[in-house]
Formats: sequence, structure tokens, C-alpha cells
Amino acid sequence: MIEIEGITKRYDATTVVDNVSMVIEPRTIAVIVGTSGSGKTTLLRMINRLVEPTSGIIKLDGADNRSVPGYELRRSIGYAIQGHGLFPHRTVAQNIATVPVLLGWDKARIEARVDELMTLYQLDPQEFGPRYPHELSGGQQQRVGVARALAAEPNVLLMDEPFGALDPIIRAKAQEDLLAIQKRFGTTIILVTHDMEEAVHMGDKIAVMDGGKLVQYARPAEILANPASGFVETLVGASERPFRLLSLGRVRDAVEQGSAEGEAIPGDASQRDALAELLWSGKPALPVKGADGKPLGRVTVDGLVKRAARPR
Amino acid sequence: MTLRFDKLGVVIAVITAYAAFLAPFATFRANRIVPGQARSIIDALPATTGALLLAVIVAAALIALFRTPLLLRLAASVVALAALALLIGVAGTFLTPAGNTFARVSPASGFWILIFAFTLLLADVLTRLNLSPWARVGVLAAAAVAIGLLLMSGSWNDLSILKEYANRADSFWAEGSKHVTLALGSLFAAVVVGLPLGILCHRVEALRAGVLNVLNIIQTIPSIALFGLLIAPLGWVAIHVPGAAALGIRGIGTAPAFVALFLYSLLPVVANTVVGLAGVPRAANDAARGMGMTDRQRLFGVEFPLAFPVILTGIRIVLVQNIGLATIAALIGGGGFGVFVFQGVGQTAMDLVLLGALPTVALAFAAAIILDAVIELTATRRRVETS
Repeated sequence: MIEIEGITKRYDATTVVDNVSMVIEPRTIAVIVGTSGSGKTTLLRMINRLVEPTSGIIKLDGADNRSVPGYELRRSIGYAIQGHGLFPHRTVAQNIATVPVLLGWDKARIEARVDELMTLYQLDPQEFGPRYPHELSGGQQQRVGVARALAAEPNVLLMDEPFGALDPIIRAKAQEDLLAIQKRFGTTIILVTHDMEEAVHMGDKIAVMDGGKLVQYARPAEILANPASGFVETLVGASERPFRLLSLGRVRDAVEQGSAEGEAIPGDASQRDALAELLWSGKPALPVKGADGKPLGRVTVDGLVKRAARPR
Repeated sequence: MTLRFDKLGVVIAVITAYAAFLAPFATFRANRIVPGQARSIIDALPATTGALLLAVIVAAALIALFRTPLLLRLAASVVALAALALLIGVAGTFLTPAGNTFARVSPASGFWILIFAFTLLLADVLTRLNLSPWARVGVLAAAAVAIGLLLMSGSWNDLSILKEYANRADSFWAEGSKHVTLALGSLFAAVVVGLPLGILCHRVEALRAGVLNVLNIIQTIPSIALFGLLIAPLGWVAIHVPGAAALGIRGIGTAPAFVALFLYSLLPVVANTVVGLAGVPRAANDAARGMGMTDRQRLFGVEFPLAFPVILTGIRIVLVQNIGLATIAALIGGGGFGVFVFQGVGQTAMDLVLLGALPTVALAFAAAIILDAVIELTATRRRVETS
């Protein structure tokens, strides 16, 4: 659990982060979203003390984060950034081993961990381990960056626009990978982004920041349904709202009795994708199948349209 | 197959034609000081040998003139250079009257221009072959061995430069080692002081502009003026600091030369350290800090290795510059190859000037090639990310 209590950061006369308080539950993903200059990155960097706050306290699992030296604190917290920040003069395996080496793990344990993470990220340790970062594609570099952040099995992972430099297709894949890994390790993730789409997709909770202040901190559905201010509403995007709301739900939860003609939609797909499929096929209803391929029922345009309406 | 002209080859052919047919190949002088008489290739060599050399030069120039395979051009340049190197020695023996120890035969403008032209061809071929760093060092070593063998074989012994050398063999090697010691020692001192100073300038922004400006100003002081400026303070140190005089510190001599070279070396070392450290990708630095490296770990584990090729470039500049500048040290009794240069200028004996100048140029040239290779080797292994 991460408790941020009354955190403020001032540079001379400018207040970058203004009295922010929030609690991030363990094993959840909190997304901090805002425009550039909103203080979101500074807030993130105060959690691992890359930036020291002017006032306020941040507690990690009840302990003040100033109770250990900054570099020791940072070794216990994962850190991944935009443009991955891989060390160009070290191989992929050496990059991933950075924090374990700093922590003084023995060689066998480091090797085992590096192999495990590379396999997890679909990078063959034999093939990619000895390569240098510039020999990898952008998507591979980004995966190595996240693998490196997770190397020492941190409970908390901080990510600053980790997918910002990726093209849309690779980004979607990277997001899915991160969600899967978060489920697997139960890591608490705090992710900074300016992309509301990403925030809605990834976040268990979303913190919207504007001008250094925390404007709203709530579940995605709540942010979409009841934006706390005009700024949040703009950020959500009025024309995107219904679709973003739909993207939060799975088709499985919108299944109706009955059957329909056409290609079955998987129950795990998002309701937004199902609506897109329905509109594109020009049919009022399509069948839905479970993960095992068995029919679950059908999904209808009418049903989805009702779900896309603002919750009352 | 149509013959097409090679751009550089046209230039090489033109200067080769001038040098081979119009310029003098060797100069003959009755003694080392009187003005010389020019000798063309035909006059300077035994009849058939002269014709043979002309044939080799013309053939090599034709190969250079047209677009020909790289290996053929390589062979042409190497054969032409080897023929020139061998036959200038033959010319020395041929032109020197038997038993005459006063006469001097030296290479003349035509010879030097031909050497220049075919070296240009060789350099062009080597560049186009895109040799690896190791191969370049290999070519350098092969050239050094070839020149060494020619020197040891005695085939150049009748040339004026080697006659000057024969009179001064002992002092040549003594001054040579002094020269190298001066150049390398001041470089070493500059690295020992300049690296930490550069790191400090990188970390403390307030210091950067001031330090670099001071070093810049030092760099603009002419070397002779700097020697003059150093006489007073070093003389004072010699008198007032116990033990300083015993270490050889005096107002003139090796000490001021060393200090001056050291001061000139500081700017490239410090400036390149600052530029190299500033060029370390921000993201890599941020990640290093974010993952819990201490400042020291970050400096030695990330910043320094990434800045290394740029710092090496600074060291290369310093080494080449110092090898050249160390010549001036002779002016204030600091020794080095400059001793021969200034003696030669004083006696209007150009051969003696060359005895000091040629080894200096060769040393600087070799140092540049070797350090370039080292820089490339380190840079390819540590290529800097583009994003």
C-alpha cells in the first residue's frame, strides 16, 4: 500500500505538485493522467525520491520512504521510463541484471532471474541475452526496459509514460503484457500517462492532475460518468465517453439469451470491440462464444447502446 | 569496356607528370651548406634504372587516372612508393663521387611530390577499402617495418639526412626519447588533472564556463610567449621551494616545456570530458538513478563508459598536438627533436631540419592512426542509442 499524504513540491516560486493526498491499494494499478506540466511525473518521482518533496509524507507499506537512503529505497522499487533508458554499452542480460547486481545477488540467482524474465517477455535468453540494446526493435527494447524494472522482484513498479515511444500496435501488445504480468506477480503499479485511453484501459483507479493539483481520483467508470470538473471532462473527451465506458466491460457481461447468425465474438473481448464488430457487419446481433468455444448466447446493438449511456 | 576517368586520379596524374618530368628528383651539393644543383630522374639514376622508374611512375599514374579495380590501384601505389623509396637511395649512391664525404645528395621537390601523389592514391584506396581498425593498424605496422628495413639495410646511407644522422646517432635517440617523454608525460599529467576537472565541471554548472574560458585563453597564448611567461614563476619555485631544483625545475629547460604542454593539453581533455558526459543519454542517466545507483556507481558504470569515446578523441587531439608542439621545447633547452630543427635553421642546413621534422611528423601520424583505431573500437562496442 502506498499512502501519499499532503505532498507538495515547490521550485522557487512555482508549485509543481500542490498538497496531493491519495492511497494506492496493494496489487492494483493506479494511473496518473494529466497534461504536460500538470506535475504527474514529479509526483511519481517523489515516490522513489528522485525528487525530494518540499513537504508531506509518502509511506510504503506503512514505512516513511525517508527511513532509508534514497538509493536503497530505489533499489526496492521498480522504475521504467519512456524511451526505456537502457544502457547502450551493456548487453540485454547485463541491463536486466542491473538491480540484482546492485543488491549483491549471487551469480546463479541473477542468471536464473534474467532467464526467467526474458522467457516471460518472449525473448530467447540465448539469442537476445548477449545482444546490445541498439540491436533490438523498439518493442523489444521496451520489453527489456520493463523486465529490467522487475528484475529484483519489487512490490511496487513506477512507470513514466513507458509506452509513449511505441507505435499503436506494439503499444497495445505491451499494455496486454503488462496487465498479464501484473496479475501474475501482484505488483502494485503506478503509471503516468497523458493518454486517457491508456488510463481507462490499464487503471484500477485513475488520478487526474491539473496544475499540480489532484483533481479527481476514482475508478475509470466513475471518472467517465461523473467528471469532477470541466478539465476532467475535456480530458475524457465528450465524443469518446460512451465508447470508453463500453471498453471497460467484457462481452461476457452483456450476453443476452438467444442466438444469432454470423461469426462468434469471444466473451473476453471488450464491449466496445463487440459494438464495432456489430456496426461494421451491419447486423443487429452476433453470437458470443466462451473461451472453450461453446456458445454463450448473443450480443445486440440495442443492448450495447443502452450500456453506453451515462450511468444514473 | 570503356575507360572512364577517376576524379582524384586526374589530379594525381597531373602532379605526377609535373614531378616526374619537370621537377628535380634529387639535389646534389658539394658540401652541406652550399646551394644545390637539381638532377632529374634520368640524371640522378643509372640509365636503365632511371628509365625503369619513369616507366613504373607512368604506369601507376595511368592506373590512377582511369577507373580501375581497387586492388590494382593498391598495387600501383605500393609498387610506386616502394620503387621511389628504394631508388632515392640508389640515386644517393650514384650521385656521390666515390670517397667524397662532403658531398650531399638529398631528395628534391620532384621526389617529395611523387611520394605525396602516390601516398594520396594509397590513402584513397585504403579509405575506399573501408578497412577495420585492426587492419589500419596492421597497414601502419607494415609501413613502419618496411621503412625500418630500408633504414637498416643501409640503402639510404648515402642520403644527406642519414649522413646528418650518422654524425648525431647518439643524440638523435636521446633527444627522441626526451621528445616522446615530454609529449606523453604532459599528456598523462593532463589526463590525471583534466578528467576529474572535467567531471567536476559537468557536475557543477557554475564552474563550467569559468574553467573552460580560462583554458581557452591559455590555448590562445603563443607557445613561445607561454615559455617566457613561465620563466619567472618556475624560477621562483626553483629558488623558494625546497627540493624543486633537485627535481630539475628551473626557469628554462624541461620543466617549463612540460608545464606549457600540460597547460595546452588541459583544454581538449577537459572540454571533451564535459561534452562526452553531456552526451550521455538522459534516459540512461535517469534510469541509472531510478534503479538505485549511487552517484559514484552511475559515474563509473554508466556515464564514464558512454563518454569514453569522446574523451579518447580529446586525448588523441592532445597527443598529436603535443608531439608537434614538443618541437618548440628545444627553444628553451627542453630537448626533443626540435633540437635538430633549430640547429638546422641556425646552420641553414635543411637536411638537419628534416632529421628533426620527419620523425616528428611520423610519430604524430602514427599516434593519430593508432588512437583513431582505438576510438573506433571502443565506439562500436558502446554505440550510443539514437532514441
